Amino acid sequence: MSAHASTSAPAPDKVHAMFGVMAEFDTAEDLLAACRNARDAGYKKMDAYTPLPIHGLTEALGWEDNSVQKVVLAGGLMGCLAGFSLMYYITMISYPMNVGGKPNFSWPAFVPPTFETTVLFAAFAAVLGMIILNGLPMPYHPVWNNPRFQMATTDRFFLCVESADSKFDAEALKKFLKAQHNVKEVVEVAN
Amino acid sequence: MATELQNPSPAPVVRLEHPDPVLEGHHTNTNVTDRISGIVLTEKTPRQWFMVFGVAFIVMQLLLFSLGNLVVRGIGLWGVNQPVGWGFDIINFVWWIGIGHAGTLISAILLLMRQDWRMSIARFAEAMTIFAVMCAGLYPVFHTGRPWLAYWLLPYPNTMAIWPQPRSPLVWDVFAVSTYMTVSILFWYVGLIPDLATMRDKAKSMFVKKLFAFISLGWRGSAKHWHRYEIASLLLAGLSTPLVVSVHSVVSFDFATGIVPGWHTTVFPPYFVAGAVYAGFAMVLTLAIPVRKWYGLEGYITTRHLENMAKVMMATGFIVCYGYCLEIFMSWYSANQYEWSMFMNRLTGPYWPFYWMLWVCNGLSIQVLWSKKMRRTPLVLFIVSQFVSVGMWLERFVIIPMSLHRDFMPSAWGMYYPTAFDWGAFVGTLGFFTAMMFLFIRALPMMAIFEIKTLIKPAHSGAKH
Repeated sequence: MSAHASTSAPAPDKVHAMFGVMAEFDTAEDLLAACRNARDAGYKKMDAYTPLPIHGLTEALGWEDNSVQKVVLAGGLMGCLAGFSLMYYITMISYPMNVGGKPNFSWPAFVPPTFETTVLFAAFAAVLGMIILNGLPMPYHPVWNNPRFQMATTDRFFLCVESADSKFDAEALKKFLKAQHNVKEVVEVAN
Repeated sequence: MATELQNPSPAPVVRLEHPDPVLEGHHTNTNVTDRISGIVLTEKTPRQWFMVFGVAFIVMQLLLFSLGNLVVRGIGLWGVNQPVGWGFDIINFVWWIGIGHAGTLISAILLLMRQDWRMSIARFAEAMTIFAVMCAGLYPVFHTGRPWLAYWLLPYPNTMAIWPQPRSPLVWDVFAVSTYMTVSILFWYVGLIPDLATMRDKAKSMFVKKLFAFISLGWRGSAKHWHRYEIASLLLAGLSTPLVVSVHSVVSFDFATGIVPGWHTTVFPPYFVAGAVYAGFAMVLTLAIPVRKWYGLEGYITTRHLENMAKVMMATGFIVCYGYCLEIFMSWYSANQYEWSMFMNRLTGPYWPFYWMLWVCNGLSIQVLWSKKMRRTPLVLFIVSQFVSVGMWLERFVIIPMSLHRDFMPSAWGMYYPTAFDWGAFVGTLGFFTAMMFLFIRALPMMAIFEIKTLIKPAHSGAKH
């Protein structure tokens, strides 16, 4: 936790030493309004941090993503195929066995295990997909250089515009964020 | 699930508020976090916690003793033999699996139905699911007699060049229960991630902080992360819902595909699933009522929660009783003498008190819940829950050994008597389950902190719904 970083302004040619500029809010409404304003002002590389999920926040940030759904669909289809192929392989190729005179390929009996493998693979896809797409686990992240960020999991709402943004200019950005409704604190975050 | 804040509709929609709030008292993001994380981090553990955990831990030793003996001396220690090959092991397996189902119902089905009252009890009930499935899984594994070879149940290429038989419901059971266990743990862990991050930020001790930091994967509450997180949770709920129905249906196929009178019936899958939910809600009430009192959580688990759970118990209880009636009807309507004598054996045979007790526990006891006043009295609900738990155990006793002990040929009839080792393993799992639940309450946030925050209405905003 290098708290001093938030007070020392970097030279304009060394913006990459700064992760971004962060504004703190009391309520989700104020955060949402600030995010919309930042989006409308043309900022793209930014993220909001909240203690609870807020609907409409990603839209306010001008960001959308539906890759988790695709990963889960792929996982489910893979699981379905894997389960059914396993049953087919067991009963037709590796270990064909006459049970009660039923045909070896008695597919209706394979439906329950196939269903289970479908759910199993899709569930793993949902969990691992969410974790990996989110870039987790991530033991260090620059946002924690703001000592007040500890409160982001309790009751504080943050908006951070990152220095990687093409429109990034620390001074203009600080001015812009300080002008937001009900903003509490605007700080620079070291990288 | 999340707070809806943008685009307040131009014409205000009038919503009829439920007379009982989901949360009672004044709650803010700050005090909800402090209260729930404080149970683990700062508050003094109530005296009752030590008492219950201590007793449960001692009772758990019975499990080690009886299963340890079983491994060394063989399953002859159990009361199962011809003609009753399935006794306490399978009764308890089905009973525990059923108890687990309430957790999935609360967290998955109620999530899909957008029932916001589920949020205070979901985490707790999901933990219950995991520990109940652990208890359930023990029985078939030890019933194999050689639990160290239990992996033979799984389909894997082996030097014996044999495979499990995928046309058998017993093999489906292996798939269903192992998938259920895995998905329940995944769902539970995903639900915990943001709260583990809260615990990390709230913890004072460096060791505890590092521990929570490690298991929270470095969650930082990013809006983009929340977005994917919510989709993943919703999809997991969507996957768990058919899964939970499939698990108890498959368990019921273990019986329904057999030709034994009393097993061979198509009503089993829906009636088993309803019975599972029934027993599960009884167990949630059994644990939630004392815990909310000891920890002073009446503002979070409110009368509304108790009443709603009582209503679910009533509804599923009536489905179960409908199943019993249908069994009676079908044994008459089938005009099959074996089916009819099975029914008469239940009514008047050597185990008749169990069948009558079943009706008293599962049919009669819930009639109390017609009264709103009774549904809102924790003590009454606690007592009714005990009746239901016993009743659902009796149901499995009635179905399993009572069907097997007299099937087609009187010369093959016999009696089933559980031994001390049967009882030891059963009572032992009760101890294991309780001990695990209390460890969970002590070590992890027992309610979903971030979900409860979504229930708090902003004081100045009318746009939330």
